[in-house]
Amino acid sequence: MVISSRMEASITKTQEILQELRVGEVMTTDVITVAPHDSMRHVQDLLRVHRISGTPVMKGEKLVGIVSIMDLIRALEAGCIGQPVAEWMTAQVEPLYADEHVISAIRKLQRTGFGRFPVLDRTTGRLVGILTQGDVIKGTLKRLDIDYRQREEGRYRSQHFFEDVVSEETCILLRYTVEAKDFRHAGQASSQFKRSLQNLGVHPSILRRIAVATYEAEMNLVLHTVSGGSIQADVRQERIDIEVCDQGPGIPDVDLAMQPGFSTAPEWIREMGFGAGMGLSNIQNCADQMTLSSELGQGTHLKMRFLLRKEHEV
Amino acid sequence: MNVQQVVKQLALDIVSQGDLSREIEGGYASDLLSCAMAGAQAGHVWVTLQSHPNVIAVASLLDLAAVIVTEGMTPDEETVHKAKQEEINLLSSRADTFAVVAQLAALGVQSAHSG
Repeated sequence: MVISSRMEASITKTQEILQELRVGEVMTTDVITVAPHDSMRHVQDLLRVHRISGTPVMKGEKLVGIVSIMDLIRALEAGCIGQPVAEWMTAQVEPLYADEHVISAIRKLQRTGFGRFPVLDRTTGRLVGILTQGDVIKGTLKRLDIDYRQREEGRYRSQHFFEDVVSEETCILLRYTVEAKDFRHAGQASSQFKRSLQNLGVHPSILRRIAVATYEAEMNLVLHTVSGGSIQADVRQERIDIEVCDQGPGIPDVDLAMQPGFSTAPEWIREMGFGAGMGLSNIQNCADQMTLSSELGQGTHLKMRFLLRKEHEV
Repeated sequence: MNVQQVVKQLALDIVSQGDLSREIEGGYASDLLSCAMAGAQAGHVWVTLQSHPNVIAVASLLDLAAVIVTEGMTPDEETVHKAKQEEINLLSSRADTFAVVAQLAALGVQSAHSG
């Protein structure tokens, strides 16, 4: 068959996989075998117990045939279930070799109409497995899954924006405004910020810390400020600096506010599960560096720094 | 153990459906959002009495496998809408938090801090 370039292009991913995969990679290695002198009744039991449709016949180390459910039915019809396997098996078995491509195994399965092939090691000639159509399907799906995952990871890496941009000093500035007491949109800035950093290829473990810290800071703006505030992030290749500013009321005692469990939140806020007094200490635990300054009547200024390099290089 | 299996075993109502085949890698229970933020991890199921929209924000930010709202609390429209948008598995149980956690533990779901 002549394959035109157009047809070549339309060869599917599955076909490509079938041409790459080898029999040894997809076969079942845990093979149940029978001996030529075993009875067909024994075969019947084996097929039932192991839910298989056929098994190789081995004389010692040597493959001498294959006996399938079809052979068993013939023996049953003839009332010869007590006879030895040697009488009913298919003796002329064309084996597969573990280093053969799956595509050639499929052709053999189609050409012969057999449901299964014993698989031999080409150099030693020993039985190393059995291949059924089910094995081919399972193996192909597994490879598709692996390919898909690798592509996903590849995409993740390719989004390293900073590697594609050349300048003396590259930074991305992201800014979000947060309204006070706006519970409807609370958490939205952190969500958008997290997604943006994800698209920039920030490592998942750092991303989690940034998301937690930003969320807490955002909730502080929603819960405690007079007029809301802003979250501004300066994203660079080696670090992210986040500044959260508001215009008041300010924190009377910063050290006290930092203590886990200290809260000034009113009862109705606590009932919603906010105001546990863990926000600032959560931020401290998540950020690589944190400074908090506040002046009563003026406002609060939170700075957080997250280092990107160290976890990237691990 | 995936979300679908937990829904079946605990006879939970599915309020909003995300990826039900998601594997549950652990669990966390608290009604305080900051505690959940600090304690729950990606792939965890979070058991809580809270049912307002910010529960979904927390679940989404932490990439949780599912949220189980207890004592038959009905999440409001806004919460359900947000859960659908963020593709969060939002589940509901008539049982209380302790009972739900006990059942999860019996199924082998563990805290991130237990041996």
